[in-house]
Amino acid sequence: MVLRIGNGAGFWGDSQDAAVRLAQTGELDYLTLEYLAEFTMSILARLRQKNPQAGYATDFVQVLQRLASSLNFQPQLHVVTNAGGMNPHACAAAAGKLLSEQGLGELKIATVAGDDILQQVEEIQRQGCALENFDTGQPLAELKKPLVSANAYLGARPIAEALGEQARVVITGRVADASLTLGPAMQRFGWAWDDWNRLAGASVAGHLIECGAQATGGLSHDWERLELTHVGYPIAELDESGQCHITKPADTGGAVNRRTVIEQMVYEIGDPTQYITPDVTVDFSTVEVSQAGPDRVQVAGASGKAATDFYKASLAYDDGFTASGQLLVYGRDCVRKARAAGAMVLERVEAAGYVLDTALVECIGAGVGVPGLHQPPADLREVMLRITVRDARRAAVERFTRELAPLITSGPPGLAGYTSSSSSVRPSFAYWPTLVPKSLVTSHIEVRSAAAWCEVSR
Amino acid sequence: MNTFITLGEIASARSGDKGNHANIGVVAYTAAGFAFLQQELTADKLADYFQGLGLTRVERFELPRVLALNFVLYDALGGGASRSLRMDTQGKLLGTAILELPLPKPIDLQSMRPQAVTS
Repeated sequence: MVLRIGNGAGFWGDSQDAAVRLAQTGELDYLTLEYLAEFTMSILARLRQKNPQAGYATDFVQVLQRLASSLNFQPQLHVVTNAGGMNPHACAAAAGKLLSEQGLGELKIATVAGDDILQQVEEIQRQGCALENFDTGQPLAELKKPLVSANAYLGARPIAEALGEQARVVITGRVADASLTLGPAMQRFGWAWDDWNRLAGASVAGHLIECGAQATGGLSHDWERLELTHVGYPIAELDESGQCHITKPADTGGAVNRRTVIEQMVYEIGDPTQYITPDVTVDFSTVEVSQAGPDRVQVAGASGKAATDFYKASLAYDDGFTASGQLLVYGRDCVRKARAAGAMVLERVEAAGYVLDTALVECIGAGVGVPGLHQPPADLREVMLRITVRDARRAAVERFTRELAPLITSGPPGLAGYTSSSSSVRPSFAYWPTLVPKSLVTSHIEVRSAAAWCEVSR
Repeated sequence: MNTFITLGEIASARSGDKGNHANIGVVAYTAAGFAFLQQELTADKLADYFQGLGLTRVERFELPRVLALNFVLYDALGGGASRSLRMDTQGKLLGTAILELPLPKPIDLQSMRPQAVTS
């Protein structure tokens, strides 16, 4: 038996067509959709505070609308997604309503929750876990700032359990990205939870497809030859030994070759021999990658060790407000003018009574992409002036956003773009990465028919 | 005579973030190139090349079976995705930037360049 798992989203904002395209191949057993970056969770937490029915990735519901027909006509197809964000129940209710309206009221939807530990943070500390920041070692008690969100990265177990109860759509909160792929594998292959090498193999597959098109030609230095406009998103074909083939739908752009896969394997990892997921500690250094055919790569040899006794958790706290503004600066002396104009903005904000906590003036085009690497060329004719600030006071940041446009008449000559010069003020969050003992976190699943989820929402 | 090459002649790279740290995976085109990079592309060389980022240290890991080196650049992102005020808050550009890192020209450069593409 081979499980075909396709990933149609790597972040909130990714292509909405990719998932549909993958489902329409008619060959998938599981479609995974990954929406949650760290900062997505704090934004979702804020949305849920304002509206108890909000706080999930609404993109998913739009995509699900277009997947309904595939779910109807392909009984083998399942969808596994972390779109639940801070509110898996509300997401399931919205999904249930939509699927019921499409005549799929019988279809089972599961939620996976328990990752949200915000209400348990004090209890966890009382139990003797100081929730130390794993970068600085500082205990959480010293932070002294109100938390916005706190989520543990759950693993594959509750996903496998939900699929075992015949759920066709599984909606989770925060889970480790690779667990979206491992969950289906555990359920279908029935591996033991300490079969570390197989768990590692499926986790490698999950890691390779979790960022969507980054495994199929996206970000490739060979991009000009790869027809990325119609790039196909990745499919992992996983077998019972834990090995996989990575491929993509036929008649799509992009490519799957050793290099696209290896570059993705080393994407956002630390020590490759200790890639820690909630399910297994993966050793990437034993993995062999070989070309098995056109747009088909075999990935074998992953090895694993026991999972740790901890979940990674990400805590977010308020960090004031931020805004950014930009203007195009033209002319022989553009860099000098841009720097002077940037200083003027900050001085005018200061004159209005606000010394900003932090501010950065960048001259885009003059080598700021990687600070310190390149000097601007002598014949540079234009740069984009970009000013970004952060301050504890909303009023201070609001004052800043009003100082870009006036430069058009009161600054140096050769400035343009005032109608789009400033972003709106938005909250800024800071993160506290930590570990929490697994024994202090309880995941739970709920499985209902789409029609029953519809009732929940009322 | 030119005595330097750039890394991009013998390897490709991809970068990303983990909080305020960045990682850069460098993948050699050939085994000869990988052996050369094991010698030449040290953590110290990266720390020096990217010193403008304000990073605190660089750690290097090896994945010889896929001819890759992985570098972790600590505190390289000016605060990370949420707090950094920079345009590139996630270190997305570092994988492109590193391809211009200069290395001494190896005698057997030809054996390190991309070979005929298999696909």
